[in-house]
Amino acid sequence: MSTMNTVGRPTTPNAVESKPATLTGGRGLLQNEGLIFEGEGWGKTGVDLPAPKGDASDLGDLVRRDPIGLPGLSEPEAMRHYVRLSQKNHAIDLAIYPLGSCTMKHNPRLNEKMARLPGFSDIHPLQPQSTVQGALELMDTLSHWLTTLTGMPAVALSPKAGAHGELCGLMAIRAAHRAAGHGLRSDKPRNKVLVPTSAHGTNPATAAFVGYTVVEIAQTEDGRVDLADLEAKLGDDVAAIMVTNPNTCGLFERDILEISRLTHEAGAYFYCDGANFNAIVGRVRPGDLGVDAMHINLHKTFSTPHGGGGPGAGPVVLSEALAPFAPAPWVVNTGDGFKLVEREEDEAEQAFGRLCAFQGQMGMYVRALSYMMSHGSDGLRQVAEDAVLNANYIKARLQDLMSPAFPEGPCMHEALFDDEWLKGTEITTLDFAKAMIDEGFHPMTMYFPLVVHGAMLIEPTETESKAELDRFIHAMRALAGAAKAGDKDRFKGAPFHAPMKRLDETRAARQPVLRWTAPDGSNMAAE
Amino acid sequence: MRYLPLTPDDREAMLAAIGVKSIDDLFVDVPAAARLDGPVDLPRVAGELEVERALGALAAKNATAGNVPFFCGAGAYKHHVPATVDHIIQRSEFLTSYTPYQPEIAQGTLQYLYEFQTQVANLTGMPVANASLYDGSTAMAEGVLMATRVTRRNKAVISGGVHPHYVKATETVVHAVGVETQALPAAVDAEAAVIDQIGPDTACVVVQTPNIFGTATDVTKIAEAAHAAGALLIVVVTEAVSMGLLKSPGEMGADIVAAEGQSIGNALNFGGPYVGLFATRDKLVRQMPGRLTGETVDADGERGFVLTLSTREQHIRRDKATSNICTNSGLCTLAFSIHMSLLGETGLRRLALLNHEKAVATRDAVAAIPGVKVLTPRFFNEFAVKLPKPAAEVVEQLANHHILAGVPYSRLAPDAGMDDVLLIAATETTLDADIQILAKTLAKVLAN
Ligand SMILES: Cc1ncc(COP(=O)(O)O)c(C=O)c1O
Repeated sequence: MSTMNTVGRPTTPNAVESKPATLTGGRGLLQNEGLIFEGEGWGKTGVDLPAPKGDASDLGDLVRRDPIGLPGLSEPEAMRHYVRLSQKNHAIDLAIYPLGSCTMKHNPRLNEKMARLPGFSDIHPLQPQSTVQGALELMDTLSHWLTTLTGMPAVALSPKAGAHGELCGLMAIRAAHRAAGHGLRSDKPRNKVLVPTSAHGTNPATAAFVGYTVVEIAQTEDGRVDLADLEAKLGDDVAAIMVTNPNTCGLFERDILEISRLTHEAGAYFYCDGANFNAIVGRVRPGDLGVDAMHINLHKTFSTPHGGGGPGAGPVVLSEALAPFAPAPWVVNTGDGFKLVEREEDEAEQAFGRLCAFQGQMGMYVRALSYMMSHGSDGLRQVAEDAVLNANYIKARLQDLMSPAFPEGPCMHEALFDDEWLKGTEITTLDFAKAMIDEGFHPMTMYFPLVVHGAMLIEPTETESKAELDRFIHAMRALAGAAKAGDKDRFKGAPFHAPMKRLDETRAARQPVLRWTAPDGSNMAAE
Repeated sequence: MRYLPLTPDDREAMLAAIGVKSIDDLFVDVPAAARLDGPVDLPRVAGELEVERALGALAAKNATAGNVPFFCGAGAYKHHVPATVDHIIQRSEFLTSYTPYQPEIAQGTLQYLYEFQTQVANLTGMPVANASLYDGSTAMAEGVLMATRVTRRNKAVISGGVHPHYVKATETVVHAVGVETQALPAAVDAEAAVIDQIGPDTACVVVQTPNIFGTATDVTKIAEAAHAAGALLIVVVTEAVSMGLLKSPGEMGADIVAAEGQSIGNALNFGGPYVGLFATRDKLVRQMPGRLTGETVDADGERGFVLTLSTREQHIRRDKATSNICTNSGLCTLAFSIHMSLLGETGLRRLALLNHEKAVATRDAVAAIPGVKVLTPRFFNEFAVKLPKPAAEVVEQLANHHILAGVPYSRLAPDAGMDDVLLIAATETTLDADIQILAKTLAKVLAN
């Protein structure tokens, strides 16, 4: 039998005692991949272009003579480079991505296909309007869906992300106060914006960006806005409150009607951070809650991909009181066509200006509308219900081992835990998160909101199946058990199985190296 | 519904595990007065085919750049994007990941951002670049605000060559914090005029090259004048490919570069998403807006990348942050970076030269038409012409002939008294036949 050909036959692995390090740094499917600047690409190109005839001598001294410092890759090399890099990323398409506040839901590929139709992707922002009627109609239809779902009369589409939407909302509020004689530089300025301590960082940052003084509102024991504190701080110097609802603790503000009533009585506006709209879409309309302005992150609730940090889109719905101040441009249905109003001076004297060069994130509008139409109004209602159900299920299944920050009552679309249950283990929220990576999961949002010690904010979204939730819960329970049993090493050095070990962020900030430079200090390697 | 995995049985079992009877029990915190009983008045669930048909019908109503002789620019340019780019950016690991907050499982994103930052720094000729802003116009606004922080002065002088929408977007934001702007009157060769306006209160001068009329300018002298007065020079670039042919802003003394990166790797998209490039000098890094990726090591001493210097940012510094930006243009930076890696310096220079060549050929063809006067003396791939008729009307008539002939300046700035000015751009996608059709039809339309 010793002569038998074994090629192609199943093999049985021999048990190995220890894992020897590899000789080259490669690790199975994970390739070691250098920077494009470290390869042989100086002088190479992966694009076949016809040879230019001229030499641009008409431009004389304006011509760039020195080396630029841009290596090139042939197409196969480029493909490998980026595919190798891609394999070092976690993704929703791989497993649950429970980052609280970020709404990491499935990104339907139909959306991608629709956004790439040349009729949407290959049109110029300044083409004659008669040649882009379909695009304008799409914007008008999207506006209709957004205003209907929120119960608000108007929407400004152009903001390019949630934070840009906050800017839009606060600018509209500023313009409204100015029109009423309470501008920042008037005798009776409304110059304060009230923001709960639990708010996302963009809220205070935006308020300050627009020139307001930020005043914090306290939070009650049960994780909501403290009405007494709000009432005490509201006054004729307050321009607006910025309240997230459902809030960043994953709770619905029970007193929301009271909050908006008090705000309006004080002559201030209610800006609602709508990052968490996913929890209530189709079940609650912010317009019924007294909201004056709210951004909607299309990259959260309406499934446009996060793309490693963007691009997003942050349309802002506006109340009757604020609608006249919306920035240009906007679309009008004239009855025999759609018109893009690009100059606010022509149509609405009070509009506060313009937020970006063109009409916002068309590519995201198409994706979001594709998603909304797919779900329909019934499906969107189901989205909110399943998102809330999934979060409560996780909370229910983990609350005996971990400590929910607000155990009483249901949560909305995210379950918040604190680190009380880790007391005495010497394990921190960060350690726990890094150990989750070893089990194949992306950690939840950590240390946010700031009002909860060692916060762990878990948002599963509605696109997780029960089986995936159970797999996640099983891993969380196993880890929680290990933490309580004193298995410290599993956490302190984690992750052990990720493409990299824990990275030294302190060093990165102390000695910032923000770009590649050749060993000789130049911007390209020697030939 | 195809995107929702839970079955009715799952929902029952989960409600039981939670210990409630119905889904309504989970919405008890919503005030009764604000609860909707049923779906709002919008269409119901739709299959893929229905959605494709409906959106396809809307798309079909638009004239696409690829189907007609096309000469629009003014801040958005039609270039050919290699198929590889769109394939890679749709990989799940890039498309469906979040901002790289957990570096151990986000090295893919972090490494390409580091490469992107280096490419942008080298392209602009600046020492450092960030991981992107929303677009060129918001980058300009952020640049002006940064200059006021750096100089502790309060005024920006803006040349009459800067894109009117950029000026408007910037003024809208910076006026809100009390920063003054002095926007000079539009002129084809406008950049040098800023020099006379620089004063002791000037935080920055903003110039654009090539400017909105296409004029390419050596801004070295402007940089010297600004620096002599203690002000910063912000250079705006709306056509990133131009930096493959023209002297870089860094070489000419820019302190901040605010550019639109759409031209490289990104489609026209009717105006967005685009990608704001932002670069500056080393010593100003801590005043920069936006995310930055930096190099470091892991516990084993291996090189890796992380988001860094975040004490500038909203999630740490809240109301003291340098900007409120959070989500930026992530995937568009990847598209930019892949396209740039494919081009390399060799490809970029060649691409830039081709653009210039096509624009020169277009200029020559329209210059020969009676009544047309070319206004732009030196340009990259775009130039302005004066027509004997209002440009908007001419463009509309040419559109009826299925030619997208360019952008009337009056569309950007109706009050500038330049109704007869047309901005015409050409790129490597422009065919010689397109140029001939444009010239022939324009001559006909003008003769009528
Ligand atoms: C509660 C909340 N508000 C605002 C934002 C900012 O949104 P964006 O990142 O789209 O600017 C976020 C998202 O990061 C958020 O979670």
